Amino acid sequence: MQGLKKMRMPLIFLLVALLFPLFTDNQYYIYVVTLAFIYAIAVYGMNLVGGYTGQLSLAHAGFFAIGAYALGLLTVDANVPYWLAFVLALVITTVIGTLVGLIALRTKEHFFAIYTLCVGYIIYLIIYEWDALTGGVRGLIGIESPAAIGPITFDTGISNYYLILVFLVLTVIFMKFLTESIVGRTYVAIRNSEELAQTIGINTMKQKLISFVISTFLAGLAGALYASFVRFIGPDISYTMMTFDFLMYAIVGGFGTLFGPVVGTLLIVILTQSLQFMEDFRMIIFGPLLVLLVIFYPRGIVGGYQMWKMKRAYKKKQRSVDQGSTYEGGD
Amino acid sequence: MDVLLQQLFNGLTVGSVYSLVALGLTLVYGILHIPNFAHGALYMVGGYITLMSMALMGVPYFIGIAISIVVVGSLAMLMERLVFNPLRHAPPIHDKIAAIGILLFLETLVQLVWGADYRAMPTPFADTVSFLGITVTWQRIMIIVAAVVVMVLLQLFLKKTMVGAAIVAMSQNREGAFLVGINANKVAMLTFFVSGALAAIAASIASPINLVYPGMGHLVILKAFVIIIIGGMGSVPGAIIGGYILGLTESLGATFISAAYSDLIAFVLLVVILTMKPQGLFAQKGAH
Repeated sequence: MQGLKKMRMPLIFLLVALLFPLFTDNQYYIYVVTLAFIYAIAVYGMNLVGGYTGQLSLAHAGFFAIGAYALGLLTVDANVPYWLAFVLALVITTVIGTLVGLIALRTKEHFFAIYTLCVGYIIYLIIYEWDALTGGVRGLIGIESPAAIGPITFDTGISNYYLILVFLVLTVIFMKFLTESIVGRTYVAIRNSEELAQTIGINTMKQKLISFVISTFLAGLAGALYASFVRFIGPDISYTMMTFDFLMYAIVGGFGTLFGPVVGTLLIVILTQSLQFMEDFRMIIFGPLLVLLVIFYPRGIVGGYQMWKMKRAYKKKQRSVDQGSTYEGGD
Repeated sequence: MDVLLQQLFNGLTVGSVYSLVALGLTLVYGILHIPNFAHGALYMVGGYITLMSMALMGVPYFIGIAISIVVVGSLAMLMERLVFNPLRHAPPIHDKIAAIGILLFLETLVQLVWGADYRAMPTPFADTVSFLGITVTWQRIMIIVAAVVVMVLLQLFLKKTMVGAAIVAMSQNREGAFLVGINANKVAMLTFFVSGALAAIAASIASPINLVYPGMGHLVILKAFVIIIIGGMGSVPGAIIGGYILGLTESLGATFISAAYSDLIAFVLLVVILTMKPQGLFAQKGAH
């Protein structure tokens, strides 16, 4: 019962998400929210390696793009059945992620951030310049929608919405178990001090690598879903700006919190989409917001909310203790 | 032979610009241990301020550069005061995120004010000159000369003046510098000013041969990071030498390997170096 009460907010969230398509006929709203869900999955990856393990990986959009391009090329050029291509896309992203992680994680802190920034740029340049494979600046068009699973087809916006919602929920559940397990605490230990984590017997390299690989897997998953949902991909999705967007979603929602990525992504994507004129100039507001958040609220909206709740609970407890003691004193 | 000579000369030009940008980055890193991702945005703003003061106020090229130095230097100083100083005790990941926030803000602001067009910057050095069988514009010669002059002045400033010595002292040993009474805040602000000024100079002299646009800092800053890793984070001579090495490698690579992938050379170089030496070359030998 206690657990259910603690999960009240997320469950209400889920209910709203499930019912949302029933209350609107506007395909555009459904499209925007679906897109936000896809980004949120990618942001979960960034949140894991950055927020929990403390390694700022700036190649995230690159892995997102690898997942997207792998799916697109396999289905369009190689005519591989959709779900097989989907699995292959994830395998490809994870393998590349492991290889990059093996090398990148030997570097630390600033070096790691710069290294991954450069890896991301290399991925972008390769996609942009390798015209014969990726279609270069023209991109890939005509990627198919997810194939039917038994009687369920995914050719409408609403069916795609539910498919992606399922993936998002699975991601959140996975993250919940991961971060609340001993492994998740190991990651936090590494974030707080790598040397200290090492002295208590944590194989930091192995743990960092696992969290990095999971993060690239999630980026690849989001990328593959993006490719078949939007059905057109260009080199832009691998650009540094995309990584910065993901980072912003994570920071606003709450870096290193379980529900931060969903909250931050939904909020900002919906906000920028509803204020169309902001699309190009959104960073005028979000740039300074990012700075203010890391100075004053480094744990974002969700972290701030948790803090406020904890403080309130503490004050309540204090008050009841105070009252209790006065009463006892008076007796 | 002419092609080789021409490319060597081009490499020297490009390398001069890289060195100046990397110098600003390495100075800030040496003092505060911040990888300033927003440095590329300062470079870009530097280009715009010079261009716009020439276009809107009609001032000559060199006055434009002077205005740019003051504006961008002050901007960098403001950045230190408002952002990096409050974050000095925060985990290192926060500095990087804040720097990215500044970068995004400045880029969008410039785009909002002056648009996203590619603009050409006029220069009084547009004429060409031929010697040793190669033809170059005076602008390119000016870049090389200006870079050397700036580097010599910077070196004199760091070695011969009290203020410069304070910067070096603080980068060598923070606590030691405090003990002899160096004001950390002043030194940090000053370092950021110098760093911004260097970015402004680099952008202003490079813009006439490239173009001015909101994204002009992206590649330059990434390459500057590559340079300071090659040359040692915080090392001044490392940044200068690294800049020239990268410039020459790139222009030779573009001619003799592939022009399309010439931008890749720097990053492949970095990936190779960090793969073999995760601490970077010359680790700990910089101004730590």
